[in-house]
Amino acid sequence: MKLSGAKILIESLKKEGVEVIFGYPGGSVLPIFDVLYDNPIKFILTRHEQGAAHAADGYARATGKAGVCLATSGPGATNLVTGIATAYMDSIPVVAITGQVKTHLIGNDAFQEADVTGVTRPITKHNFLVKDVRELAQTIKNAFHLAQSGRPGPVLIDLPVDVTMAETEFHHPKEPDLRGYRPTISGHPGQIKKAARLILQSKRPIIYAGGGVIISGASQELKKLADKASIPVTTTLLGLGCFPQTHKLSLGMLGMHGTAYANHAIMESDLIIAVGARFDDRVTGRLDAFAPEAKIIHIDIDPSAISKNVEVDIPIVGDARNILSQLNKIVKPVQTKKWLERIDGWKKKSPLSYKKDDKLRPQYVVEQIYELTKGEAIICTEVGQNQMWAAQFYQYTKERTYISSGGLGTMGYGFPAAIGAQVGKPDSIVFDIAGDGSFQMNIQELATAVANKLPVKVAILNNCYLGMVRQWQELFYKKRYSFTCLANPDFVKVAQAYGARGIRVEKKKDVTPALKQALSVKDAPVVLDFIVEKEENVFPMVPAGEAINRMIGGMA
Amino acid sequence: MKHTFSVLVENKFGVLARVAGLFAARGFNIESLAVSPTNDPTVSHMTIVVDAPDERILEQIKKQLNKLVDTIKVQDLTTEDFIDRELVLVKIAVDAKIRPQILEIAQSLEAKIDEAAANAVTLEVVGDKNKIHTLLQLLKTFEIKEVVRTGRIAMSRK
Repeated sequence: MKLSGAKILIESLKKEGVEVIFGYPGGSVLPIFDVLYDNPIKFILTRHEQGAAHAADGYARATGKAGVCLATSGPGATNLVTGIATAYMDSIPVVAITGQVKTHLIGNDAFQEADVTGVTRPITKHNFLVKDVRELAQTIKNAFHLAQSGRPGPVLIDLPVDVTMAETEFHHPKEPDLRGYRPTISGHPGQIKKAARLILQSKRPIIYAGGGVIISGASQELKKLADKASIPVTTTLLGLGCFPQTHKLSLGMLGMHGTAYANHAIMESDLIIAVGARFDDRVTGRLDAFAPEAKIIHIDIDPSAISKNVEVDIPIVGDARNILSQLNKIVKPVQTKKWLERIDGWKKKSPLSYKKDDKLRPQYVVEQIYELTKGEAIICTEVGQNQMWAAQFYQYTKERTYISSGGLGTMGYGFPAAIGAQVGKPDSIVFDIAGDGSFQMNIQELATAVANKLPVKVAILNNCYLGMVRQWQELFYKKRYSFTCLANPDFVKVAQAYGARGIRVEKKKDVTPALKQALSVKDAPVVLDFIVEKEENVFPMVPAGEAINRMIGGMA
Repeated sequence: MKHTFSVLVENKFGVLARVAGLFAARGFNIESLAVSPTNDPTVSHMTIVVDAPDERILEQIKKQLNKLVDTIKVQDLTTEDFIDRELVLVKIAVDAKIRPQILEIAQSLEAKIDEAAANAVTLEVVGDKNKIHTLLQLLKTFEIKEVVRTGRIAMSRK
């Protein structure tokens, strides 16, 4: 039987296991939306295409499955761009489907035309322009395979409107057809043996774990390695949750706003075992001063991530879970007692801290969210101080519970991502720990959350500033607060106008009751407007360009 | 240092833009680029010559080239024994005195000669990079009106 391109698209998505699409209609996708009208596949209408892209990304991070977003040609597609770039930087499997003008009009400056494959080429793992309906089914198969395998990432499919209207026989292909794409999965056994030997010889080893551990589902193997060889573990921002922070070997997060003890430990280590992390500049600080005595074992599925920023002694290319399980079979216990004692000294001397007084401080809000949810919630964040406090003062013990735009640092990401996470995990408590600046970048998605009865909780740490930029201006620009002071709307009224709940909290003692009240709401989003100390800073902090043990602030 | 890459890619639209984009995004200029079909109609061959100001970034580009979904094989020929050829057309202004000198150079380099124009001679030279270099050195003292080159094509000897 012949099917239209639009029907082939939706049938193929179902065959790929897609349960939900986030998107926004428009002229070039009318045939697709006509199929969606009476199709059982779930469709979430966002209020901005950017919201759809972030929601698909948040869904993917929370569930581990590919997230799908759909937008029309031209402005619809360009509105996805920030969301696609966000997913690209953090290796998130997103399949973006965009309408395109009719094939014979491409390149003619047609109405709502943009060269979307051209625009997204450097921010997608791969993209496709489908010019013949007969290629559509195979293209979708290829797109999902690319998005989810190897180092995952966003893949875009651009569909001219005439292709979605044309008909052809539909056969769902079983296999992708991509001869140039062969990601390395199993690590080289010789390299793994060398790594085991180097671990045994080390005296001050440290595991540096990133988002790749979560992507490959390697948390259990990572824990086994740490336990078996007695090696302390620090994680990147995106690695939060891959190793329980309640574990005695946990050092929390490292880097610019990492714990002092993680930064001291990696700087004094003689062996770094990097797993699914990429030595980002926010982690290494000044490169030529980074961990001067350390040998480096780097486990990563992407060969181009290896020796990109730091020289690596033993590279092992492949899937982290696969490699760690091989390594765990041969690794032997290491004598790290003295080393762990030294680290404990730093932990005692310089724990994460903030002033405990009667004032409503943002860190306290995050701590109370942790206490009340017992660490079981999914925490999404915006970008800036809120993101760092959410990373520092909540103890992550499970993968896929900290969802944040790490690489691109996209303000406005957290709320739509929380919507996506809540759709994917309807039984979980989902928070967006937000700033008053970031929340306003996608505040329109309140309508989406209300319409779909999603009980996302937005905890605004409201300081009436673009707090992180203000912090830099305070510390490095003589307190010249250039355009970082915000005149905000009444967030409680905004929430209510959208049909959401709104709660304002101005006193420390009211934090817990307000959170309890928010947690009792199961069928609508709740906006919590916490009026926090205005000039609170995120500490410790490594100034840009400094070695990462040259921290300022927050040291007891 | 100059690097010569031999790259097999899918014969599809957009592939050249992906390859070129890797160099452009890092501010690398491609010195020459030759793209052609192969004996397999679904595969194209690219020879890319690039002068790398930073070997580390070049290493990164090489890895990124390999990472492209549409690339089938990437070889950095710089470290290998390879055959390279380029075709160059050079138009030189001549008068009665210079003409024999140019014809002599042409003969020594086995160049084909086009003498259709009254006041110019066009040489067509095929050769490896040394021969092309020699040609251009020899012609340096004359008035070159135009040079058009195909860009290098290269193949591993193995």
